[in-house]
Amino acid sequence: METTRREFMVGAAGLTFAFLLPGCAPVARKDGTATLATSTGNAPAFNPWVSIATDGTIYIQSPAVEMGQGSLTSLPLIVAEELDADWSKVRVVPAPPDDKLYGNPGFGGTMLTAGSNTVRSYFQPLRVFGAQVRRVLLENAARRWGVPTSELTTEPGVVVHEKSGRRLTYGAIAAFAEIPAKAPEIKPEELKKPQAFRLIGKDVLRVDLPGKVDGTARYSIDVEVPGMLYGTILRAPVEESAPVDVDDAAARAIPGVMRVVRLPFGVGVIADTPWAAFAAKDALRITWDRKAPGWGFDSDEAIERYAAAARDLGTPGKPWAAAGDVQAAFEQAKTVLEGEYRCDYAYHAQMEPLNSTAAVSPSGEACEIWVGSQSQTIAVAAVAKTLEIPTDKVRLHDTLLGGSFGRRGHRDEEFVVDSVLLSKEVRRPVKLMWTREDDVRNGRFRPMSAHFLRAGLDQSGRITAWHHRLACDWVLPYMDPVRYRGLRENDVIAVAGTEVASYGIPNRLAEQLGQKTGMRTSPLRGIGFVANKFATEAFLDEIAERRRMDPIALRLELLENLPRGEAVVHAVLEMSDYRRPRPGRGVGLAFVDYSNTMVAGVAEVSVDRASGVIRVHRFWCAIDPGIAVQPDNIVAQTESSIVYGLGLALTERISIKDGMVQQSNFYDYRVPRLRDVPEMHVKLMPTAGPPTGVGQMATPLVAPAIAAAVRAATGARLRHAPFLPERVLVAMRA
Amino acid sequence: MTVEFMVNDKPVRVDAPEGTRLLWVLRERLHLTGTKYGCGVAQCGACMVHVDGGPAFSCQVPIETLRGKSVTTIEGLSPDGRHPVQRAWLAERVPQCGYCQSGQIMNAAALLARNPRPTRDEIVEHMSANICRCGTYQRIVRAIERASREG
Repeated sequence: METTRREFMVGAAGLTFAFLLPGCAPVARKDGTATLATSTGNAPAFNPWVSIATDGTIYIQSPAVEMGQGSLTSLPLIVAEELDADWSKVRVVPAPPDDKLYGNPGFGGTMLTAGSNTVRSYFQPLRVFGAQVRRVLLENAARRWGVPTSELTTEPGVVVHEKSGRRLTYGAIAAFAEIPAKAPEIKPEELKKPQAFRLIGKDVLRVDLPGKVDGTARYSIDVEVPGMLYGTILRAPVEESAPVDVDDAAARAIPGVMRVVRLPFGVGVIADTPWAAFAAKDALRITWDRKAPGWGFDSDEAIERYAAAARDLGTPGKPWAAAGDVQAAFEQAKTVLEGEYRCDYAYHAQMEPLNSTAAVSPSGEACEIWVGSQSQTIAVAAVAKTLEIPTDKVRLHDTLLGGSFGRRGHRDEEFVVDSVLLSKEVRRPVKLMWTREDDVRNGRFRPMSAHFLRAGLDQSGRITAWHHRLACDWVLPYMDPVRYRGLRENDVIAVAGTEVASYGIPNRLAEQLGQKTGMRTSPLRGIGFVANKFATEAFLDEIAERRRMDPIALRLELLENLPRGEAVVHAVLEMSDYRRPRPGRGVGLAFVDYSNTMVAGVAEVSVDRASGVIRVHRFWCAIDPGIAVQPDNIVAQTESSIVYGLGLALTERISIKDGMVQQSNFYDYRVPRLRDVPEMHVKLMPTAGPPTGVGQMATPLVAPAIAAAVRAATGARLRHAPFLPERVLVAMRA
Repeated sequence: MTVEFMVNDKPVRVDAPEGTRLLWVLRERLHLTGTKYGCGVAQCGACMVHVDGGPAFSCQVPIETLRGKSVTTIEGLSPDGRHPVQRAWLAERVPQCGYCQSGQIMNAAALLARNPRPTRDEIVEHMSANICRCGTYQRIVRAIERASREG
């Protein structure tokens, strides 16, 4: 390897020297912002966090995939902060799949970008890595000048000796730096004080944005590999079904079709053009076996069974978030109130339909994949398992994700395996694409749920007991059995948000009555919080009414020991001028404590009494995410979360008949469009604590805030999301 | 069949079966992958391009209808990515996942070409043809207003 520029690197594995290939430094932007570098060519073949070129360019590895949430930028920015890097000289490089070096501490060391758990979990370790590099730079400068390290300071990209006025750029130091074998120890108190932050808390342009306005951003669907063919798969409509009779005569007759491949779960087509592959899939006539458990499932009937299961106190569920003595508290309660709520299945609708490109080697002993997965290492493992080869024979080229919202983080990575199975047949690269219809019909959904809630009130009306019985499809055992076992068989995706710890209710119990239905399920933005907080917040409103108490006063009473929670409620009341009369309209409030991010929202709505259509005019949200790493991006993520919650609250519904999804595309699965979106006002209220996550926190606010607002506007009590017009009409008549 | 038309001011010759949609020809034959597949049924607008200056769902345009016509994609909207709409999109930090944004930008540029000073209602109506699942809508409106203002 020809090497011209000396580099040095610091990583979790220690410090080491490395070299960069010549001529690969990307052109700097003129506006002083960092840019995105591709992994090929820029980084050497091993795995550090930071490398510094002698021209001062600083390469920082980012272990997060980018699906719109911004952490591809935020993580390197955290490193750069402690390193005191000149941000304009930073090049962000996607980290290669290596859990040992880059695993997310919040997911047991797996590279997984999910759960608004990226900045939250990487924040502290990345600060330390950045500080270690800075320390090594300081020590090298001190040696060169013969002065104590304690006399040196840094400015962005420069080590400074104030006494003598001498300065050395990081690039200049890289040319002579000696790297200790062991990374220097950084004590927590040696990290920067927040007042000294130059990057954290100041908005920078996300490194992925320029490519997203000129068409150059590369998603996996944009991949082109020499000799590539196109693949489609007609998957069984019901999970675990297999094809019995396959009539592929019409498909084979289409020019360009090269192979029809029978798979355990469907039938694949390989063609030399995408249009031939799509047409051939449509031309397949397949009879499916009916052995799979999902056949016959009807979601309208099933939700009644779920509701009955939730109500049936004689059947205990799997406990979650228990505290105090619930049974005794209910026995002692003066009043016991009950409430029932329901939520339908919901679909991710990420804009990029699932796809993946695989190139299985002629021998079948190695494979390259081009894919956007929420987990680089789980994707590699799934490919290795499929081909029965070691993971080091799988080469991943990860790309941007055209949205995900939980869809691309499943353990089986089925859409990646799809491409591998087809490529394996022809030993040529195959770009496998799901159509939008495939993406809907073979979607994996936010589970359907029925909620039965009970609250015990004492003499004074205070809530002393809380019981949430959640009947819904299992999620985690299906989507990731490994994680499920790791979490001691708790289906956290489904039950998250049943907790009411932040409301200070002393005796509480949530139970999951997991329903075995054979339906495909998934985490979906906001996970269990969306359904469970709808139930919780709507029930609180009912309790307040029964106590003839203002629902806001009830919230504030419950939040008296949670100042950050109280603060966002007060803020959103003020922002929305909540008490102002609005003829023809209603307002409603909801509060959510989501992984210690505090959010409160107010919706202002009107209802068309003839049609039952709800119009959300305005939505206010106050959010406290701890330290705000990228403030404007937090606002953007919150707007995004609100719009997502709006669709789930009003229009988005997957229904199942005879085990099969009834919807097909955006004409019958209606997601919000510009004309549906309220005027949104977001107030960011950072506090001193560590960052707590921002990618989905406002989503669970929307349905309960709208339900409360509809109650205020019309007197109708909405208990079943989405609030379809026909449901609103029924509720208004009740 | 062979069809000749212009793409981003360059003549192209495409050989594909009758009825083949422009979207797939752009993406998989002409290597112009900025135009995206989102739904295939003119519901989401991720595939939007200009045909003879007007907005079109490229997933619906059969190539044989393009004879002698001129197609502009996101790659050809401006020589340097500095079209007023693109600049406004960056200034307002619109994109999140970014997948729909080529289509949004093309539709917004088509609106401003026809109506340089659209009202907010006109923007909302026009841009409701495009879906953004990340919900960047409020910023889209702001960016179009900025582009209209700054030109």
